[in-house]
Amino acid sequence: MSATTLTDPRGADRIRHLPFWLGAVGVALAVFLALRLIGNEYGYYAGYFVLQYVVLASAWNILGGYAGYVNFGAAGFLAAGAYTAIFVRKAFGFDLIPGILCAAVVTGLLGLGTGYLTLRLRGVYFSIATLCLAVVLQTLVVNWDYVGGSRGAYVIRPMTIPPFASYGEYIFLVMLALAVITVGIARTVEVSRLGRGLQAIRDNERAAEAVGVPTLRLKLMATALCGALMGVAGAPLPYYSGYLNPDAAFSLAFAVNAIAMPLIGGAGTWAGPVIGAVLLASLQQAATVTISSALNLWIVGWILVIFVTIAPRGILGWFGKR
Amino acid sequence: MEFDLSLLLNGIVSGLLLGGLYAVAASGLAVSFGMLDIVNIAHPALMVAAAFLVVAVGGAIGLDPLLCAVLLSPVFYLIGVGIYTFYNRFFERRGDEALQGLAFFFGVMFIIEVGLVMAFGPEQRFLDPSYAFTTWRIGEIDLPLRMLVPALFGLLAIGLLYLFLHRSFIGLAIAAVAQDAEALRLLAIDPVKIKRLAFGVSAMLACIAGGALIVVQPVEPSSGQIFIGRVFAICIMGGMASLSGAIAAAFLFGVVENVTATFFGPSWAPAVAFGWLLLVLAFRPQGLFGRAA
Repeated sequence: MSATTLTDPRGADRIRHLPFWLGAVGVALAVFLALRLIGNEYGYYAGYFVLQYVVLASAWNILGGYAGYVNFGAAGFLAAGAYTAIFVRKAFGFDLIPGILCAAVVTGLLGLGTGYLTLRLRGVYFSIATLCLAVVLQTLVVNWDYVGGSRGAYVIRPMTIPPFASYGEYIFLVMLALAVITVGIARTVEVSRLGRGLQAIRDNERAAEAVGVPTLRLKLMATALCGALMGVAGAPLPYYSGYLNPDAAFSLAFAVNAIAMPLIGGAGTWAGPVIGAVLLASLQQAATVTISSALNLWIVGWILVIFVTIAPRGILGWFGKR
Repeated sequence: MEFDLSLLLNGIVSGLLLGGLYAVAASGLAVSFGMLDIVNIAHPALMVAAAFLVVAVGGAIGLDPLLCAVLLSPVFYLIGVGIYTFYNRFFERRGDEALQGLAFFFGVMFIIEVGLVMAFGPEQRFLDPSYAFTTWRIGEIDLPLRMLVPALFGLLAIGLLYLFLHRSFIGLAIAAVAQDAEALRLLAIDPVKIKRLAFGVSAMLACIAGGALIVVQPVEPSSGQIFIGRVFAICIMGGMASLSGAIAAAFLFGVVENVTATFFGPSWAPAVAFGWLLLVLAFRPQGLFGRAA
């Protein structure tokens, strides 16, 4: 392909952002109003469960989908976010929103550090490092008494937070806002120079490097962003459940879902993880009522294997184009 | 803390014994990850699955765990052949190893781990052979047979692997496939067939390692997660495809981890694995004994 057809410096600006944001906010409002009309606390509870996976899957997709670097440590990043929120609450009395911001900073740095040490090598080394990261972070948290150690930590939930009908509604709305922002960020990344650079890395890293894509810098930016958003997905978790122990925070469910959801929906597109997360999380939420949680996870594992085998481009791949 | 020489010596010796277990666990990975370039992150999960099977079968018919692992290893050979055939058909041939292939092995690891929870329950399992509570003493140094026997057993298995890889035709073909798969086609050898066989051998070694593991310590379904960091760190430190490098790295690793555990408490052992892995990746990705590429 000749260079002249590619270089349009303002190409990114032509992609319209306003309709997307209006649409996203519209969908969010519709979801909220529907749940409000139903008026059942369980609706908020289940909604939060799905939305946290929308955030987690979109975050994974930024590095995994666009750049093709697999992060196995989603549970570790998520738990690091959750425990940062617990720590700043206990140490400085920070509430949920500042806690989320702190979590983003801490897990972003964690991603940056892991990436800095391993990303100059082949992608598999990064994957292996993230695979161990969760185990080590869990060791640290279990040994760290200040945040509850293996006994876990409590966050006392107030009954209501004034403008909202219930605490469940409040925490749901926070997660809804986070989900909209995260999907928006993921989409912006996709159409920006960062996203295109990452896609070039995925398709052929050496060629990308040769034509002047700053591969290491882009990968580090993506790792930091991916880590930060995973932390954001986890920060409200202790506020949502009221109690958090290492086993719940480092749950295998997060690690497998963060990978399964984007791959099932269609990795490398902003919509893929959303589709995957909504489908798979709803399925799991519905199934927990009838089957055991282990069987539930087992099914997710099988779905992951079956999808990467027969539909390597995910559900969106069925609709052609790519 | 008062420095204690005999404590340190014992830490080193039992670290070496532990290294024997790590060596056999990592040698299987040196074949699949190092030689075939297949990132089999499910290897430790296979090992734990083998340990559970050894408990189930050996416990039922009262057989020695190590002997039982040897008897079960053909089953794992077939499992390995099956996994590779599938992987080759759907990922290697399509060129999807990087993302989908890795996700596939992650899925396999996950299915094994959760499957074990469902089949056996989440609690620890153990199987004590008759010699488990005997300890030989040489001067100040303890040599518990529970550690010594699996270490020697593991080294024996590695020795056989070494002979197989260096003396037999198929072993040499595996080494050749690691270097240049296409050249093998010119010699009328099917590289896929050789790789399938080698992957089966790697799974067999996972079974042998599982048998050694169950003698050393009780296992639970999630034990594999701790071993991922260890075996990959050892394999990379050893220089990937080098069997002798992996053994040396395993002993070194066992000693460092065990001395850390002796002086700082066992709960920090997983952190040692990860720290080493990161340091090796950051500073010596070609392995401790390898040359810079």
